[in-house]
Amino acid sequence: MSFIEFKKVSKTYGDQPVLDNINLSVKKGEFVTMVGASGCGKSTFLKMLSGQESASKGQCLLDGQPLTDEPSVDRGIVFQKYSVFPHLSVLDNVILGLEFAQSKLLARLFGKARAQAREKAMNLLQRVGLHSAANKYPHELSGGMQQRLAIAQALIKEPKILLLDEPFGALDPGIRADMHQLILDLWQQTGTTIFMVTHDIGEGFYLGSRLLVFDKVRHDPMAPNAWGATITYDLKLNQANHGQLAKSGDSAQEHSLYNDIQHSVHATARVQDEAGPSIGISTGVGA
Amino acid sequence: MRRLINQRISRPLAFFLGALPFIIAILLYMAASTERLSDNPNDKLLPAFSTMGDTLLRMATEENKRSGDILLWVDTLASLERLAMGVGISATIALLFGLTLGALPLLRANLSPFTTAISMVPPMALLPVLFIVFGLGEVSKVVLIVIGITPYLIRELQSRVSELPTEQWIKAQTLGANSWQLMLRMVLPQMLPRLVDALRLSMGAAWLFLIAAEAIASTEGLGYRIFLVRRYMAMDVILPYVVWISLLAIISDQLLKQLNRKLFPWYQPQ
Repeated sequence: MSFIEFKKVSKTYGDQPVLDNINLSVKKGEFVTMVGASGCGKSTFLKMLSGQESASKGQCLLDGQPLTDEPSVDRGIVFQKYSVFPHLSVLDNVILGLEFAQSKLLARLFGKARAQAREKAMNLLQRVGLHSAANKYPHELSGGMQQRLAIAQALIKEPKILLLDEPFGALDPGIRADMHQLILDLWQQTGTTIFMVTHDIGEGFYLGSRLLVFDKVRHDPMAPNAWGATITYDLKLNQANHGQLAKSGDSAQEHSLYNDIQHSVHATARVQDEAGPSIGISTGVGA
Repeated sequence: MRRLINQRISRPLAFFLGALPFIIAILLYMAASTERLSDNPNDKLLPAFSTMGDTLLRMATEENKRSGDILLWVDTLASLERLAMGVGISATIALLFGLTLGALPLLRANLSPFTTAISMVPPMALLPVLFIVFGLGEVSKVVLIVIGITPYLIRELQSRVSELPTEQWIKAQTLGANSWQLMLRMVLPQMLPRLVDALRLSMGAAWLFLIAAEAIASTEGLGYRIFLVRRYMAMDVILPYVVWISLLAIISDQLLKQLNRKLFPWYQPQ
């Protein structure tokens, strides 16, 4: 049974198509990575999943039910930045999700309830390696630690889906590798379904159990925004190979796919570049 | 040599340069004062520092013959009380409206044009109305301050709320917050230091409205006093009072600044 299903989904902003005819069915527990050139709708796709945007045409289903058109507790999210609350300590950032659920009026826990919430939060912080920084404020943390916190904060709600919007895009390469390990470990332990947008095709191959490539199938040089993007590759990645970077390549097949995808994504980026700055499509990529 | 924009100033030099304008102003005043007093020892326009010092000391320590009050402290207390009430009430109203206007589109659509229009009304033009409605007592002075600074504070807070990153709004919702919880735990705490910042900026306006109201109808207060003694051209009272008012303004500004640092260590204005 499919857990998440997109049926003939299109998204247009005004009269500009962004996504055309997306058909997708994802099973529980998959790790879906999404790559593509800027402006090819992968962030728009993530926004439809999170409830920030709704589809112009077609249906998006979660467990057979249409996705709500506002963010909900089913779907945890981690952004590239601003994911954590600057006015709360690391611990309070994680406890917050429990407080919203257990204290409707004050959104605060006291006494025994707080002690329990605290213990749960500390456990999670331990798992992401932040327990020793529990009392610090986010601005005292490095970029990587802030992202660890954002992940812990989302996971305490045990979301059905975890959405990651270029979560490691701003991190140093060494830190990135640590974060890759962390997210793979957490994925294996929790069995959560993960959708992750990334600019880095290698990262997409490395982390995902399934890779989606968003690209434009048709280009009109006179009207660069006349056609929307769709999913051009939908690859099951070799589970046996999982955790091996495809670029360094055990699997010859994945290696050649990697090259194909990189080639086509770069070609699209170049065509868009030559056609001048794309007008008016605000997908929020990198913004 | 470095470009002017890249010059680095050492601490002692910076201190000296900073003190220089003060020293020059004082010296200029002394020269002009001495000059005038040598022409006419009874000149009142530019009293000597010693005269001003004596007057200030008298006003700060001796009881007034008619009322039995020590005027400087009675005036200061009266003014600060009005100021604190006006600013406190303004801050409370602004927090309530700024927060809800910033966070709730329905309320924003409903009230934003109105607050914008209200903020365009010159408060001083409303002072006669206040005197008619509230009488000449304390209320109208406090209300003038409230009317004077609240619209600015509301608009300021409203725009600070809308500057919170979209990511935070989404994140709070994915953590299960409803609108009330979101405003209570995410927006309100982040707005408090910004409110204090906005208060610091509006203190100048608050003093302006306070002194204007006191000048027109009052029986004590710093503004009342300087306008009262103007009739006798008592510059030896007016000038020290002006310096004292400025000093109070500087102190209250610094207190608010320290308050922000102490209470909100996570807050770093960009």
